[in-house]
Amino acid sequence: MLHVAVEIPYWGQSLLRVLGGIAAVLLPAGTIVYLFLFKMMSFMQSRLGPMEAGPFGSMQLFAEVGKWLQKEDIIPENADERIYKMAPIIVLVSTFLLVVVVPFGPDAWFTNFSAGVFYALAIGSVSVIGILVAGWSSANKYSLLGGLRAAGQLIAYELPMVLAVVGVVIQAGSMNLQDIVVAQNTGSIFGWDGIGFPFVITQFLGFLIFMIAVQAELTQVPFDMPIAESELVSGYMTEYSGFRFLIFFIGEFATAGVFAFIASVLFLGGWGVPFAWFGWDSLDQVDNWMNIGGPLIMLTKMMVLTGIIMWVRFSYPRFREDQLQRFAWKVLIPLSLANIAVTAIVKVAI
Amino acid sequence: MSALFAADVNVAQNVGFYIIAAVMLYGAVRIVSTRNVVHAALWLVLVLGGVAAQYVLAAAEFVAVSQVMVYIGAVMVLFLFGIMLTRATIGSEDGLNNRGWGLGIPVALLLAGTMIWVIVDEYGSSVIESPDGPMPTTALSDVFLREGLVPFLALSFVLLAAAIGAIVLARKD
Repeated sequence: MLHVAVEIPYWGQSLLRVLGGIAAVLLPAGTIVYLFLFKMMSFMQSRLGPMEAGPFGSMQLFAEVGKWLQKEDIIPENADERIYKMAPIIVLVSTFLLVVVVPFGPDAWFTNFSAGVFYALAIGSVSVIGILVAGWSSANKYSLLGGLRAAGQLIAYELPMVLAVVGVVIQAGSMNLQDIVVAQNTGSIFGWDGIGFPFVITQFLGFLIFMIAVQAELTQVPFDMPIAESELVSGYMTEYSGFRFLIFFIGEFATAGVFAFIASVLFLGGWGVPFAWFGWDSLDQVDNWMNIGGPLIMLTKMMVLTGIIMWVRFSYPRFREDQLQRFAWKVLIPLSLANIAVTAIVKVAI
Repeated sequence: MSALFAADVNVAQNVGFYIIAAVMLYGAVRIVSTRNVVHAALWLVLVLGGVAAQYVLAAAEFVAVSQVMVYIGAVMVLFLFGIMLTRATIGSEDGLNNRGWGLGIPVALLLAGTMIWVIVDEYGSSVIESPDGPMPTTALSDVFLREGLVPFLALSFVLLAAAIGAIVLARKD
């Protein structure tokens, strides 16, 4: 066993965790916006996208942030000022709270919560409150309608998301995300441990439902009813400008990144490599370099998953409101319930 | 009262408890004193979040997360959703108070008094051992799927009946 790490005092660990948390939220957000929103969308539409700021427009992001920061902070006269100011912060804080349970390596975690999966799903639903009050406090009919649509949609898609995860929890026998990673990387497929046993193989239906629900939770096209620009101007964000809009914007893409992290932990083996490759048997034997390698593996998986989310976003037209509700309640929820039943039966039988 | 100052009491935990409790009390008063329904709902979010924080202090992770999931994520979202669908006025409103609101005070005092009396009478002199760590979720599920199985099933049945009842009542055709 290789020990290269130095002992870090408690305050140092805490500082590292805080900085790591900020990086884990802002870094994916920036990369997603540049790579996918600026570049991939442009290429799919046969144009170059931003090219002026920096090589291939890579500094465009800083130009955009600078532009938003210097804009006037406009608050509508009839708005409920305090709540109007609070709403974007609720949304962003819930994203930061979400990343807290994601493990990035054997010791590179923020908190090793025993009910981690459950925590992630619970905190994921807090941002709805921010969106609802943003719509309400703007004193604007479009905003209010956008907020209500968002709430209806997020309630409807939260259920399939929770139910899709139950299959993974049954298979791993734990709600701790670290245990779920270990279960996937120590597992073997009929005795062959070349790639471990990522749950996406047996839980493919769950993975599919989870990703669809994530798409809806993030209000990305084709589920962008709450901010449908041709009907509602910009939904609950209509009145927001300057840095408050920037917070919503960062929150949207940071949440996409964090949900992709969670999906890769649940279904794609998380930070781990199959432990058999290096002869590790359990979490304690994992070498320390995985604390550096793990985050990089997570980042790669996150990029692939958000790439798919964005690819769908740029390819499909918007659902109608009633189609959207029917899809959640009549297709996704029954399917995920069936998935739970089958998984439970197989688990007990084997 | 001496139990509160015993040597084996976790001071940091107690300080945290009283700070959160004070915030919750302030929020609770603001729920009934504010003149805007949405503000009242948001103060209620604060109080319910405080309850979750107290559960975390008591090392009951799973209960705390359930509290967030059920009360903040579901009940309060539905509350706000309902309020905004029906009456979404911004600014202060009159006529929010029920005519008999004064009756609530003695009832609340009586209830609080009874609960304090019962708790002090039963546990007043005992110090609860501080837990080694959070209770594992598996231990919790073992309890309510063994000893607590019958009440658990009964509760599930009641909830199912309530859900079906709500659908029957709401359906027009």
